[in-house]
Amino acid sequence: MADANGSLAIRPMDQFVVRPLFGGETVGMFTITNVTLWMALTVLAVTAVMVLGARGRALVPTRGQSVAELAYGFIYKMIEDVTGRDGLRFFPYIMTIFMFVFFANILGLIPWAFTTTSHFAVTAVLALSVFISVTVLGFVLNGAAFLRLFWVDSAPLALRPILAVIEIISYFVRPVSHSIRLAGAMMAGHAVAKVFAGFAAALGVAFVVPVLAVTALYALELLVAVIQAYVFTILTCVYLKDALHPHH
Amino acid sequence: MATNTNDAVGMPQLDFSTFPNQIFWLVVTLVVIYLILSRVALPRIGSILAERSGTITADIDAAETYKRQASEAEAAYNKALEDARAQAHKIVEEMRADIQADLDVAIQKADAEIAARTAESERRIAEIRDSANEAVEEVARDTAREILALFGVKAEDKAIDDSVSTRVKGGAA
Repeated sequence: MADANGSLAIRPMDQFVVRPLFGGETVGMFTITNVTLWMALTVLAVTAVMVLGARGRALVPTRGQSVAELAYGFIYKMIEDVTGRDGLRFFPYIMTIFMFVFFANILGLIPWAFTTTSHFAVTAVLALSVFISVTVLGFVLNGAAFLRLFWVDSAPLALRPILAVIEIISYFVRPVSHSIRLAGAMMAGHAVAKVFAGFAAALGVAFVVPVLAVTALYALELLVAVIQAYVFTILTCVYLKDALHPHH
Repeated sequence: MATNTNDAVGMPQLDFSTFPNQIFWLVVTLVVIYLILSRVALPRIGSILAERSGTITADIDAAETYKRQASEAEAAYNKALEDARAQAHKIVEEMRADIQADLDVAIQKADAEIAARTAESERRIAEIRDSANEAVEEVARDTAREILALFGVKAEDKAIDDSVSTRVKGGAA
């Protein structure tokens, strides 16, 4: 696709490159990069919505406060519904995950933005921290009884060992699917949008067609950004439920 | 084809050299968001929601109280109305009984007076009748005497009187 002079170059993956903000070629552990910038913006967005929005503490909420209350109530209700009331003590952690993923996804849709959640490094750390926390929590709360999660009592006895193997495999696949689902959805959408945008630049007068396609795709991506944040959070709740109540 | 850091080589997601950087900033970000949410945002929003639900509950309770008070007041009003009606009815009945009693006394008195007057009248009528009878008898006696004198018949006054009175009484009888 890329030619020498770059005019027809469609480089859908360039947007995902991690690069230092203030010069230099190497990306060290503490280098301030575009990752730093967009994560900082995510923090600002979360603060704006959750702290500034609710600063009035109004009994009858303003618009900003309604949004903060809506986000609070949405996740609170989700935890309550999925894990039961005893899952609510993990509310701040799950809220952190949801807020981060949600705003990272949404901010990534701004043109020229860097989408932090399109990187496996980020989603894998999130998914692994959920996986490790939930597994440790399961053993701490239930002891060895946590292993009954893999022993399906309702199945015929002969099938149980086979099912146990399947359950264990599926348990360990969880962080993989959990992280790749999010990063894959983000990366694919942004790459496709970039490809269409590249067509628009290359097609001349017929640019209308890819622009319309990008517009439609953008709406879809907005939906995907929200849904993936929702899916990531609700899966976290589902895994948490297994740790709290390992019996089928 | 990639000559500088702005060009992607394959998938930048699989460029492991950037992993420490991303993971470091991710952890920093998550810790900051967690601290902001758990220290400031969530307690604040939670207290707003609790306060609101408390206010709503209190308002609903107050509304219940007012409603109960209103229905109590209505019951009291109805009872007062009922009592007033009963009282009025009683007063009317007493009035009616009093008037009836007065009326009865008056009627009795009137009846007695009428009876007395009737008796008096009858007595006087009888007197008049008696005196009339006497006058008739006397006129008859005198007439009889005059007639007998004219005819030259000598008769005992006493005999004439007896005969006339017998005749008058018999005629009257």
